[in-house]
Amino acid sequence: MPGPIVALKRAGKTFGNGVSALEALDLDVREGEFLTLLGPSGCGKSTALRMIAGLSQPTSGALQWRAGTRPDVGFVFQEPTLLPWASVWSNVYLPLRLTGVSKAQAGPSVDKAIDLVGLTGFERAFPRELSGGMKMRASIARALTMRPPLLLLDEPFAALDEITRMKLNDDLLALKAELGTTIVFVTHSVFESVYLSTRIAIFAARPGRIAETLDIEAPPVRGEAFRLSPAYADYCRRASHALHAAMGRAA
Amino acid sequence: MSGSAGRLSQWLLPLAVFCGALALWEIVVRVREIPPYVLPAPSLIAKTLVQDWSTLSGSLLVTLRITFEALFAAVIGGAGLAILFAQWRWAERSFFPFAIVLQVTPIVAIAPLLLVYLESETAVLVCAFLVAFFPILSNTALGLASADHNLVDLFDLHRASRFKQLIHLRLPAALPYFLGGLRIGGGLALIGAIVAEIAAGSAGQGAGLAFRIVEAGYRLNIPTCSRRWR
Repeated sequence: MPGPIVALKRAGKTFGNGVSALEALDLDVREGEFLTLLGPSGCGKSTALRMIAGLSQPTSGALQWRAGTRPDVGFVFQEPTLLPWASVWSNVYLPLRLTGVSKAQAGPSVDKAIDLVGLTGFERAFPRELSGGMKMRASIARALTMRPPLLLLDEPFAALDEITRMKLNDDLLALKAELGTTIVFVTHSVFESVYLSTRIAIFAARPGRIAETLDIEAPPVRGEAFRLSPAYADYCRRASHALHAAMGRAA
Repeated sequence: MSGSAGRLSQWLLPLAVFCGALALWEIVVRVREIPPYVLPAPSLIAKTLVQDWSTLSGSLLVTLRITFEALFAAVIGGAGLAILFAQWRWAERSFFPFAIVLQVTPIVAIAPLLLVYLESETAVLVCAFLVAFFPILSNTALGLASADHNLVDLFDLHRASRFKQLIHLRLPAALPYFLGGLRIGGGLALIGAIVAEIAAGSAGQGAGLAFRIVEAGYRLNIPTCSRRWR
């Protein structure tokens, strides 16, 4: 089995104001897995994700990439973060545009990404004309245009209603099954983490560190049957228990 | 409400209110027999406007030309400097205090000095430029800094240069702010031009509206004064 795509080796982050967000974090991101970082607010899970994306540098420790350097990564923010003055198509084209790919060359990749998230027919719509769920789909399509081997999502569905969130969860699993992308997903929802992941890293806060990891054994594409199964309920109980134990220790 | 009724209230109502206000003014002046050198009636102002149109139109053109030239210079200078500030933080830290000093200095205080240093028409132009410049600079600078920080992160993620970030993100994000600054700056450029003209007091070929106002004021020709201030 090949080594992890990226390994955080005792990575720590102390901000300029002296606040320690992460302390000596050891975390491997393995090829093809759906890894969820679960934890309370302020536990450093987003900081860890931003480190992997290269948006934040560790103040101690290091990141080791299997490929030597950071490959293309897709990043989905908590808000859809679309350019409000640009159409869905132009928004999805943005990453390729920034790397100097012409519109004509980018066409097929952009169309494919829009198709993958089910927004075909809305290419010329502007963000203000879309619902919250559709905006998030456009944001995911933008992260997929470069076909990154690694997709990072930072609480992408936190602001959406329950029904939209469940639909997007299923669609994200279907996308992963089709593309085989490795995913790191940040959430503070126990249910969402169990439903989506193959592995959950449960964080404790102040300073942020991993308290426990939990492997989820379930088929890659899940559905209502999994949500209603005793196995799902059992995983939720275990994750919830681990989370409370981690929070108790922190408090 | 139907479309035509909507349009009716949109245009007709303000027009009716405006005419009503003029009529009230006219009535008050006539009933109380207020002399025209204290408060002229709207009808007298209109009559004077028609009578003196030949001199007034020339002055109007002079003032408008200065206003638009000053506004154009303020857009180039204000927006240009704001972009410079956005690209280089040290430039903002070094030069923004000067912009604030200019903003808080009353234009009537420096207009006489400018009139000593420069030709009167250039001095008027500089005054109008100075008052229009700051709102455009500060609004554009605010707009350039207002870009969504997540989008800035996204641009960093794709290793976009500062120039690309400016073209594809900061400039479009700043546009509404810039237009807001332009709206304020446009009005201020006219006020700046008029105030500077009053301070300059120049007559002859290049006499703008403000000179006509001062001149008419000296002669207690209040209808001419009023017409210009409106």
